[in-house]
Amino acid sequence: MAQMNMIQALNSALDVKLSDDPNVLTFGEDAGYFGGVFRVNEGLQKKHGLTRCFDAPIAEGGIVAAAIGMGVYGVRPVVEIQFADYIYPAYDQLVSEAAKIRYRSGGEFTVPITVRSPYGGGIFGGQTHSQSPESLFTHIAGLKTVIPSNPYDAKGLLISCIEDNDPVLFFEPKRIYNGPFDGWHENPVQPWTGHPLAEVPEGHYTVPLGKARVMKEGADVTVLAYGTMVWVSLAAAEWAGVDAEVIDLRTLVPLDIDTIVESVKKTGRCVIAHEAPRTSGFGAELSALVQEHCFHHLEAPIERVTGWDTPYPHAFEWDYFPGPKRVGEALKRAMEG
Amino acid sequence: MKNTRSLSLHVPEPQCRPGDAPDFSGLMLADAGAAPRPDVSTSPHEMRDLAYSLVRVLDDEGRAVGPWDPKLDADTLRRGLAAMVLTRTFDERMYRAQRQGKTSFYMKCTGEEAIACAQALVLDREDMCFPTYRQQGLLITRGYPLVDMMNQIYSNAKDPIKGRQLPIMYSTKEFGFFTISGNLGTQYPQAVGWAMASAYKGDDKIAAAWIGDGATAEGDFHQAMVFAGVYRAPVILNIVNNQWAISSFQGFAGGELTTFAARAVGYGLPALRVDGNDFLAVHAATQWAAERARSNLGATIIEFYTYRAAQHSTSDDPARYRPGDEFDHWPLGDPITRLKQHLIALGEWDDARHEQLEKDCVEQVKAAGKESEAIGTLGQSRPSVKEMFEDVFETPDWRLRRQRQEVGV
Repeated sequence: MAQMNMIQALNSALDVKLSDDPNVLTFGEDAGYFGGVFRVNEGLQKKHGLTRCFDAPIAEGGIVAAAIGMGVYGVRPVVEIQFADYIYPAYDQLVSEAAKIRYRSGGEFTVPITVRSPYGGGIFGGQTHSQSPESLFTHIAGLKTVIPSNPYDAKGLLISCIEDNDPVLFFEPKRIYNGPFDGWHENPVQPWTGHPLAEVPEGHYTVPLGKARVMKEGADVTVLAYGTMVWVSLAAAEWAGVDAEVIDLRTLVPLDIDTIVESVKKTGRCVIAHEAPRTSGFGAELSALVQEHCFHHLEAPIERVTGWDTPYPHAFEWDYFPGPKRVGEALKRAMEG
Repeated sequence: MKNTRSLSLHVPEPQCRPGDAPDFSGLMLADAGAAPRPDVSTSPHEMRDLAYSLVRVLDDEGRAVGPWDPKLDADTLRRGLAAMVLTRTFDERMYRAQRQGKTSFYMKCTGEEAIACAQALVLDREDMCFPTYRQQGLLITRGYPLVDMMNQIYSNAKDPIKGRQLPIMYSTKEFGFFTISGNLGTQYPQAVGWAMASAYKGDDKIAAAWIGDGATAEGDFHQAMVFAGVYRAPVILNIVNNQWAISSFQGFAGGELTTFAARAVGYGLPALRVDGNDFLAVHAATQWAAERARSNLGATIIEFYTYRAAQHSTSDDPARYRPGDEFDHWPLGDPITRLKQHLIALGEWDDARHEQLEKDCVEQVKAAGKESEAIGTLGQSRPSVKEMFEDVFETPDWRLRRQRQEVGV
């Protein structure tokens, strides 16, 4: 065991896979010699060699297309898109190609690739360094979408993604790379140091895809969250004084429907929290699923606390970001409903 | 006060429209044998002129001339001719099948047969082809069963890709033929990635990709060129310039301004511009590029200059945008006629044998057609509906299992 922040945990996952599987390689913009703008690939080129970890042209479509071709050949590339806000040039390759190649080839050609990308707000990143585009991918048949919320899961999930034979989008909440940000932005930033989920095994282990984690058990209301919003939701429950059961979904596709349904049937109430804009966000899917599976157990309308239906603003960071107060108020409303 | 002249927007227009007499006087052609053949290790900047020239081997009399003559033996030439005739025969039959309502859609490659058929003879079966929808000649030359092609076109119970894809979007790993996508250009940078992986693994396989003149305007084309150059990927990047992208003449992809081969110059890649209707030139250029790739010298761009003789697809009527007899005036002729003429000039072929070949091809296609239609044409037969839910992922998740139950299969 070692103490790691999320960056170190992700770096460790890559190091483990580069060490144990010669078919794993990683590349992206500034992801080689320099080690990535967030340092996730730090030291990997030096340790594993130039052809195992290298820099790429500034061409997201090309990066993903090259990864697809490599995956079809039979290697397992892990590519980095510097910010999720810049994944759109690769959207055609992800949606029309990576997602459909297994299907359209009758299962003959496969795309075992992982696309890593820092995502999410809360860092004054403005419009193009803060977005949460997960619902643009969860809507696509054939893609898996994974979002960790802590160092332990980050490493175990990333290893699972690399070992998975399907294309996976792995979104890393950059706001919590260094510490579990709870949304109380006026408070000093807490590092991961000393946190139980920052205790990370140094070797190989996995966290299975499709399994949620109950972060905090509770009797009154179920909170469905992922990424940074897991920590915000925990803080919100404390602020609101509500005995909430906070579920970290960890993978959006495949989704752990059983854990969700079991919890909502127990609590009878559900609040969904994500940073992405509300309309057609992943919360809409979660809300629909809870309604379909738990209708007779629901004692209040399902609440969604999300980013607004606007581009992500700069000066209005904390008016936009769904902080603990907004989530807490939703918890209270759910309790009254 | 504005004192400059008003700007005007230039919108390219083809030389000829329906009703006009075809005019190909403006083409950049070259005589057979005129283009030099550099060593494969030549640096791209030393061979730039080839991007503006035209590699041709067969002259007007059907003789093979110049440094690019691949000096193929008569058996190989006859094999190539047979593959081209079979491809054309297959196309004609499947075009009719669509008109008869046996399938929803078809696309011919008439006039372009030399490209895929000659290239298939050069590339190893282990090399991976990333084709567009107009390289059926690769499959036919590699001996992929015609009946499997038809089963795919009919989406019948024996369709190798299980009824999931539009007709002609073939896929066969065994024959080194990558699954065709409807999205244009996407396969181009994927081929580069495949080639990078082969190099990464220290393998000896190369990749080849095809794109049409129209789709070179896609961003994927640019990315493929950048990645191929940067990582010196062992890939052959073919551009099939058949003058037309559905109704748009190649000027809308920038072809009025320069050659497509010349795009390579800016990326530091070697380019060949080749007579696409000259079987020998296609063979020789591909051989050159394959040798270069196998020698770890990197990618080659080849523009094949040809003409899309047929409709874009069964959903298209070219008489609405180009002269109906344009192909008859195409200065590079018909690839089958030209190779036939060459073989006859060599004393290795004659009209009677050619007639027999055509008959044999018709019989072969007919027999495959009978076999495939016995399984069923579109709507009469199809794979199990279960197949709709398979292969989305390696293992279906709960949603797919439940949705399949909803359908009751």
